[in-house]
Amino acid sequence: MINIKKLLGAFALSLTCSAVMAAEGGYRLDHAPDRINNMASLQNGAKLFVNYCLSCHSANSMRYNKLTEIGLTEEEIKKNLLFTGDKVGDLMKIAMRPADSKRWFGATPPDLSVIARAKSQNLGPSGVDYIYTFLRTFYRDTSKKSGWDNAVFPSVAMPNVLWQLQGPQTYDHVTIQRTEKDGKEAWTRSTASYDADGYAQVKIENLANYRGPEVSHSAFKPADAAKAAAFDNNVADLSNFLGWMAEPVQLLRKKIGVFVLLFLGLFLVVAWRLNAAFWKDVK
Amino acid sequence: MAGDKTVETTGLLGWIDRRFPLTSLFKEHMSEYYAPKNFNFWYFFGSLALLVLVIQIVTGIFLVMNYKPDGQLAFDSVEYIMREVPWGWLIRYMHSTGASMFFVVVYLHMLRGLFYGSYRKPRELVWIFGMAIFLCLMGEAFMGYLLPWGQMSYWGAQVIVNLFSAIPFIGPELSLWIRGDYVVSDATLNRFFAFHVIAIPLVLLGLVVAHIIALHEVGSNNPDGVEIKEGPKDANGHPIDGIPFHPYYSVHDIVGVAGFLIVFAAIIFFAPEMGGYFLEFNNFLPADSLKTPPHIAPVWYFTPFYSMLRAITADFTWVLAVCSVLGAIALFFRGGLRGSWRIAVPVILVVLAVLLRVIDAKFWGVVAMGGSVVILFFLPWLDKSPVRSIRYRPTWHKYLYAIFIVTFLILGYLGTQAPNATFNLMSQIGTLIYLGFFLLMPFWSRRGTFKPVPERIVFHAH
Repeated sequence: MINIKKLLGAFALSLTCSAVMAAEGGYRLDHAPDRINNMASLQNGAKLFVNYCLSCHSANSMRYNKLTEIGLTEEEIKKNLLFTGDKVGDLMKIAMRPADSKRWFGATPPDLSVIARAKSQNLGPSGVDYIYTFLRTFYRDTSKKSGWDNAVFPSVAMPNVLWQLQGPQTYDHVTIQRTEKDGKEAWTRSTASYDADGYAQVKIENLANYRGPEVSHSAFKPADAAKAAAFDNNVADLSNFLGWMAEPVQLLRKKIGVFVLLFLGLFLVVAWRLNAAFWKDVK
Repeated sequence: MAGDKTVETTGLLGWIDRRFPLTSLFKEHMSEYYAPKNFNFWYFFGSLALLVLVIQIVTGIFLVMNYKPDGQLAFDSVEYIMREVPWGWLIRYMHSTGASMFFVVVYLHMLRGLFYGSYRKPRELVWIFGMAIFLCLMGEAFMGYLLPWGQMSYWGAQVIVNLFSAIPFIGPELSLWIRGDYVVSDATLNRFFAFHVIAIPLVLLGLVVAHIIALHEVGSNNPDGVEIKEGPKDANGHPIDGIPFHPYYSVHDIVGVAGFLIVFAAIIFFAPEMGGYFLEFNNFLPADSLKTPPHIAPVWYFTPFYSMLRAITADFTWVLAVCSVLGAIALFFRGGLRGSWRIAVPVILVVLAVLLRVIDAKFWGVVAMGGSVVILFFLPWLDKSPVRSIRYRPTWHKYLYAIFIVTFLILGYLGTQAPNATFNLMSQIGTLIYLGFFLLMPFWSRRGTFKPVPERIVFHAH
């Protein structure tokens, strides 16, 4: 008899395999602090979002008055978060037309309503982790059109909108890569150092006796550690807000879920005993 | 009054029974439908499939009230349901989780049939109706998946509809006809919507009724694969190893329902995306016909078949061609086929071997994917084992089943991943195992030392 244990074992095996796969490749994402139950953080995130993001990015599925669910009153929303002629019941739309933004930036800034869900990875880091890392890994690069590049999303069209909050930082990027030279395996190390103004020093060396693996290592050095820490804190709040906005019902969902499961647990016991009562005489 | 039917019931029920066979239907299918006493855990999944079907239909009705089948509006209308429709999020999560859980339940239900030989004579039609339900379910899931109009919806549909273009001669026109446009577009969305909410559910319901009527005509199989109708009977002529479905199995199934709902609710309330497998993360980006995602994978329940599609490369058709030639030789000399079959079947296999090398491998990928589902229809005639239930089969049969299950799961896993050389080789081996399991079943299923089958079912009182 092939039993469930074997089946479950096979399932567990296939799941662990995929977890290993998910961790591979690309820039290693930082883990964003979990503040989803922290209303002050969500409110700060909302403020940052409306001030810094909501001129180029829309949130077409999000109404301003939905922010009452993170503890703001309609009065506060009207006073602090509504800048244009929008009403408190309006959707977070923007005036910039997609065709224009495409011409100006090279790409239309995506709608951010559910971006935190879209950027999650299967059994891997969440979209909040992605945003938290992405917003903190801009570096100045004079060779780029906007003057900025990003370690998580290379050649991104978006400039570092939050640079005044962040303060200057330098960026070192070391990669060791395998190359083919006349059919022979060769390894090179390239070290790129970007200063705070975006001028890069690039050094490429051949590694004679190196035999893998490929390495990609990044290091950011802020000029002002205290300012950078405050910035990280703000970005954590902003990412947190984007995570909340991707599914505003998530807090309620989990709360209800506890009661539903408690009820169903009770129901299971009743059903089990009912069944036992009916079957007790069956020989 | 003259012409009145004599019925046992009185009052309102009597009034109805004189005009509609309500009581007799209830007796036939519930209170006097005798099912074997020894049903185990695996027998929960039939009633659970029915439960999920009802959940899908009811939640679907409410979704349609707010969903907009329009390329410009569809994506936002789903988010509208998630945010603005009262309890819309719950309805939507029930429907999206229901889709995946439908396949979980149906796969386990089918596996039960496989274990206990529930498709064997006289239950062939029960199995065939069931397989037709499975096909409908696949169509329903595929078309429903386009409706949120996200990137995965769009590109998944693009890839699958394009498969039809691999069919020689008519392919390109056929895929154009299915899409209603040169690419997946608003026209495709509208027709998929029509099929998803009307056409397929109608067929599905009809097939479910046929599945149950056929089952109740021949009676349920059981874990021992012994016919209770052939065993001893009580004074009323009912098999004593059977028990009325209602109330015994109706209350029994409620336990299964409770257990299932706990899992179902846990997913809905605590992991509605199920790690990106029930709701794919890429599908939270609106469909964009100009941006092809780097990695397109169908939802998990299609991935075993998708792996088999991808496994068929030009090189691999050599392997398949050699296999069919070897099959032809073996059948000609040792197949035990009679008369003209002895010539015809090997000839067909040789022609197949030639065609495998002549026609494009992409077409054979489509054939492998379709064939891997269609082959299940023939299970009642492929299985030549003298016993129904796996309980009385030789031990090495059990290992074959285990290998088959693990292969199916591995193929499923591979289908979710971006292809590479190792994975391709694995899915090619997996495809051979999958197809070999069924195609060679007429030979292996009759071999080995079978255990004695008891005269009556094995039942231990609770």
